[in-house]
Amino acid sequence: MTDLPLLIILGAISIASALGLLLSRNAIYAALFLVLNFGVGAVIYLVLNAPFIAVVQVSVYAGAIMVLFLFVIMLLGAERLSPAENPPGIPLQRPLAIALGAALFGLALYVLFARQPPATPSPMVDSSPAAVGQSLFSTYVFPFEVVSILLLVAMVGAVVLTRNK
Amino acid sequence: MDSTSFVALLSAVLFTIGVLGVLLRRSALLIFMSVELMLNAANLAFVAFAHRWAQLSGQVIVFFVMAVAAAEVAVGLALIVTIFRTKRSTNVDDLSALRG
Repeated sequence: MTDLPLLIILGAISIASALGLLLSRNAIYAALFLVLNFGVGAVIYLVLNAPFIAVVQVSVYAGAIMVLFLFVIMLLGAERLSPAENPPGIPLQRPLAIALGAALFGLALYVLFARQPPATPSPMVDSSPAAVGQSLFSTYVFPFEVVSILLLVAMVGAVVLTRNK
Repeated sequence: MDSTSFVALLSAVLFTIGVLGVLLRRSALLIFMSVELMLNAANLAFVAFAHRWAQLSGQVIVFFVMAVAAAEVAVGLALIVTIFRTKRSTNVDDLSALRG
């Protein structure tokens, strides 16, 4: 595989930015780390022959969703996370969380790598935006319509929730 | 290790970091961002396996996941803003009104 070195570099940036999100003391910095993570994810999608998903990732995730997050953080003035995050709510919360996270990671590794798949090189599929759109409007047209209703419901719900009475 | 295995491993690592964020952070906004990180990790695995098996379905599913994530963020942030108006806090430990 020729693109493995590129993926290793991108993966290192991705993990570093995720750790930045986990450890940062300022909510704005955490949101910007997440934007970096989504941007790197878009490049990984390009490497994996998914240009449509890469562009949607940049415009929806890194654009719309993270702008919403930054607006809300600044609106609430919640940048400074309380340094008194300790004492945690539950005794032993930190060691328990780390142990459970390690167990989950081990389980994921087992599920992903316990059985090796047959090493047949797959042919390059046509994954241009046109092909994805063709699939979206033929095989998956019903879920597509359901998603449109879901977005309408979410929009009405957000307006109703934040309306000043 | 081929590229599909590497991206699957990366997806597992990112998902675990997201879980740790949900379990360790106390700010509702940070918890929400960690949930987004977990969704993104799952998307990464979908695209990697779509690439490996030359199927377009994986990419279409990722598109649906993104649409649902956008809806979820809109409603979730509206809830956080509404809670902040009454409780003056985004710390989940302060939201203990239902504690027995």
